[in-house]
Amino acid sequence: MSHADVAVAMPTALRRPKNTGAHVSTLPMVVPSVGLLLIFSLVPLAATIYFSFLRYNLLNPLVGGFAGFRNYYYLFRDPALYHSLLISVLLVGEVLIITIASAAVLASLFQKQFPGRSIARVLMISPFFVMPTVSALIWKNLLMHPVNGFIAWITRSLGFGVIDFFADWPLTSVVVIVSWQWMPFAFLIMLTALQSLDEETREAADLDGAGPFSIFFHIEVPHMGRAISVVTMMETIFLLGIFAEIYVTTSGGPGDATTNLTFLIYQRALLAFNVGGASAAGVIAIVLANILATFMVRIVGKGLDV
Amino acid sequence: MNQRARYHPVAGTAAWIVALVMFFPIFWMVLASFKPELEAIATPPEVFFTPTLENYQTILERADYLSFAFNSIFISVGATALAIALAVPAAYAMAFYPTKRTRGTLLWMLSTKMLPSVGVLVPIYLFAKNLGLLDTRTLLIIMYMLMNLPIVVWMLFTFFKEMPKAIIEATRIDGASQWQTMIWVLLPLVLPGIASTALLNIILCWNEAFWSLNLTAHDAAPLTAFIASFSAPQGLFWAKLSAASTLAIAPIVVFGWFSQRQLVSGLTFGAVK
Amino acid sequence: MALRHLVAGAAMLAATAGAASAATITIATVNNGDMIKMQKLAPKWEAATGNKINWVVLEENVLRQRVTTDIATKGGQFDILTIGSYETPIWGKQGWLVPLDFPAAYDTADVFPGVRDALSSGGKVYAAPFYAESSFTLYRKDLFDKAGLTMPAKPTYDDIAGFADKLTDKAHEQYGICLRGKAGWGENMAFVDTLVNGFGGRWFDEKWNAQLNTKPWHDALTWYVDLLHRDGPPGVTGNGFNENLALFTTGHCGIWIDATSAAGLVYDKSSSQVWDKTGFTAAPHGVTANGTGWFWAWAMAVPTTSKQPEAAKSFLAWSTSKDYIKLVGDTFGYTVLPPGTRISTYANADYIKAAPFAETVKASILTADITHPTKDPVPYTGIQYVAIPEFQAMGTEVGQLVSAALAGQSTVDAALQKAQDSVSSTMEQAGYK
Repeated sequence: MSHADVAVAMPTALRRPKNTGAHVSTLPMVVPSVGLLLIFSLVPLAATIYFSFLRYNLLNPLVGGFAGFRNYYYLFRDPALYHSLLISVLLVGEVLIITIASAAVLASLFQKQFPGRSIARVLMISPFFVMPTVSALIWKNLLMHPVNGFIAWITRSLGFGVIDFFADWPLTSVVVIVSWQWMPFAFLIMLTALQSLDEETREAADLDGAGPFSIFFHIEVPHMGRAISVVTMMETIFLLGIFAEIYVTTSGGPGDATTNLTFLIYQRALLAFNVGGASAAGVIAIVLANILATFMVRIVGKGLDV
Repeated sequence: MNQRARYHPVAGTAAWIVALVMFFPIFWMVLASFKPELEAIATPPEVFFTPTLENYQTILERADYLSFAFNSIFISVGATALAIALAVPAAYAMAFYPTKRTRGTLLWMLSTKMLPSVGVLVPIYLFAKNLGLLDTRTLLIIMYMLMNLPIVVWMLFTFFKEMPKAIIEATRIDGASQWQTMIWVLLPLVLPGIASTALLNIILCWNEAFWSLNLTAHDAAPLTAFIASFSAPQGLFWAKLSAASTLAIAPIVVFGWFSQRQLVSGLTFGAVK
Repeated sequence: MALRHLVAGAAMLAATAGAASAATITIATVNNGDMIKMQKLAPKWEAATGNKINWVVLEENVLRQRVTTDIATKGGQFDILTIGSYETPIWGKQGWLVPLDFPAAYDTADVFPGVRDALSSGGKVYAAPFYAESSFTLYRKDLFDKAGLTMPAKPTYDDIAGFADKLTDKAHEQYGICLRGKAGWGENMAFVDTLVNGFGGRWFDEKWNAQLNTKPWHDALTWYVDLLHRDGPPGVTGNGFNENLALFTTGHCGIWIDATSAAGLVYDKSSSQVWDKTGFTAAPHGVTANGTGWFWAWAMAVPTTSKQPEAAKSFLAWSTSKDYIKLVGDTFGYTVLPPGTRISTYANADYIKAAPFAETVKASILTADITHPTKDPVPYTGIQYVAIPEFQAMGTEVGQLVSAALAGQSTVDAALQKAQDSVSSTMEQAGYK
């Protein structure tokens, strides 16, 4: 990581109990996991960087040799790259907003007493356990299908006609599916945070005549601040890699309407088997991931007290 | 004034409606899996029908479900156990003996999770081939362990950090070694944290669908590969697909239901103060 | 090398099985109906030979990606690969597949020559054909009668558009035309390529210059997009072969132009509501009839990395034999024989009786000439594909752009210009220029 992170880290480190005595060696404890991870990420990283300078297409062994910066040249010349970055940002951003906003409201609802609360909570978080391929299949075939789907039946019965979700609202449809899966995760973390809210604080506010909205915005939401940071960070990590939902429903289309960076790399790497070009895109993704990580440290990390 | 026991009818109703809407897709899928094919795609949808097990029979005849399910369980649990074993010492050291590099290391670990796995399939496939590990459960266990290690370390780190420092100091004065402190004093205290970390990790492993499809063929193929063999079949397939999907997710969903209390209490990521 | 034990009939295999030691082979295949039947019958081969089969069944696109990764990195995970007429010659030429030679009992002369050639490279056969297909027109006889229309033996694209307009009744979920709209070189592009061929277009000129922004492409796509907007079902950009099959067999489509392998499925009483109401005719044509019906064969090949090549070859000789085809007929009924591979299948009276579409299918497959796919000369072979390694990615990317035009997210011309740029760039990177 960069020096900036270390600078941010310093005050935090100082608050910790002092590393008493130089004889304490924690290295053997940290080395196995950090070391493995280092190898796991550095070896493929080295391979990726190396491949990105080669003319290397798995399907065409006759083409080979050193490519210089040609793979990068073709990549940067390709408007698909910039568009896929935009899609990645939109996808992550929209899902974050939807899941966090709704999870905040729901967490507030679920920490109140009502009959059957634990059963409702179980139902609520179930989508998180469903594998992405299956949830995409359910939504695509059983719910959003314009002829046989449940939603089509409802809109038709109400006289609105049918909505062809994946053609007319492709990105929105993917966002809906992904939000359905990840909202329970945000909900779980934020509910846990909210349950630690001191009951007296809430009661005091209640007695002061604060309405439910006022309590929600002025007491509960601030209390969930750290949880929101955690959710933002965790979801961003997973949402950048969203693939199965797109693959099953739209295959990145129509056109490139739902092609995020992960899907673009998939197209290059496993459809074209253009290892050189895909590696160049992979290097870009790695650079972006690190920029993003640094960025998140600034924005979110402070609240994490790492 | 007993606020605690008071029911909130408005909040309760709203919460129940949302919960039912969230669960509806799963319910609808399970329902479809018991319908004959023609009724599964009928509009208006049939709510009352004679349930049939025909779809399940067809699916089970065509694929060895138990073998896929066993692989899923074995790989998820194995990868999780290994990840926890590796992460506990690291998280312990980072939480109690932070250095200048601790924060950077943690964030770097997390950032490795943002690397797109599709980009490195070819190098990984070549390594696995050369080590003779293709289509083995060992390979998937190693892959998943490495993939989720950052999350596991981070979660455990946040649990360790909430432990009272005085305990550590006290045991140290007693002359206990690092390892003894960790194993006899701290582990029992953070066991709930470890449990919920493990639960989350099992769920993530179970649902991983890229490496499991690309690095296995037959022997090590888990349920994600099972569902891939049914995801675009010929003819009328809604009901059969629903049956296959139900079979693929049933173990993990039921597991999730039973462990959700633990999950709820443990998924804090240090966000509770 | 004389493969004496490599014989066709299960019975004869049983007699010689003692000589071969038992082996376990891994077969990667797709989840199409014919392959599922093969899985059900395979225990007979296992019993006869003492070998064991591990099946890896995957959806077509996943299978293709999985198998390609394995063979290109020499992973050696599979002993038999289910591949198509697109991959076979390319992979064979690269030395990734074991050349096949069959014993006399296999009767190589019985295989349609066009099918055999499509699975060969440099005079060697690299895959055994499991079933072959062309494309043709399926239509609802009852709807045509009701509307007072007659389907000609060789319809033109204008005829089809005219009929579709008259058959559409969206209020009753009756759509005049169903066509593939789901993006992919093996999905929407399979149809679009035949359409472009019919309008006189081509992918490349003789010097490998991309031709996607030319008038035939524009006219073909305009016909396609306009017609589907007027008369197509909703959700057409998500419809591939399987989705259209579901729509057609549940009675939602007036006309459907797709693979001839649909015929057996549409005619299957147990899964089709229109089995007795469906008529068949040739694929429509435009300014030329060249390349208007596609050619595809699903075949089985043995990779050079296979550890059990003899057992693998023995299996594919069995599963593509005359006796196997007869076994399918005896077990599942003659309507659903694996079509399009053998002359003897079409000489079988039981089949002709059970499958009224047989002659049309045979004619379509015999007409499809992968060496003359277009009106103007081209440097490639393949009707609905261009037989170069780069095509599957290019085809899918162009397929995406076509589906964007179909979804109304871009105009036909904008989509084609983008396609032209992208294809030119790929060809430049690949060193064709």
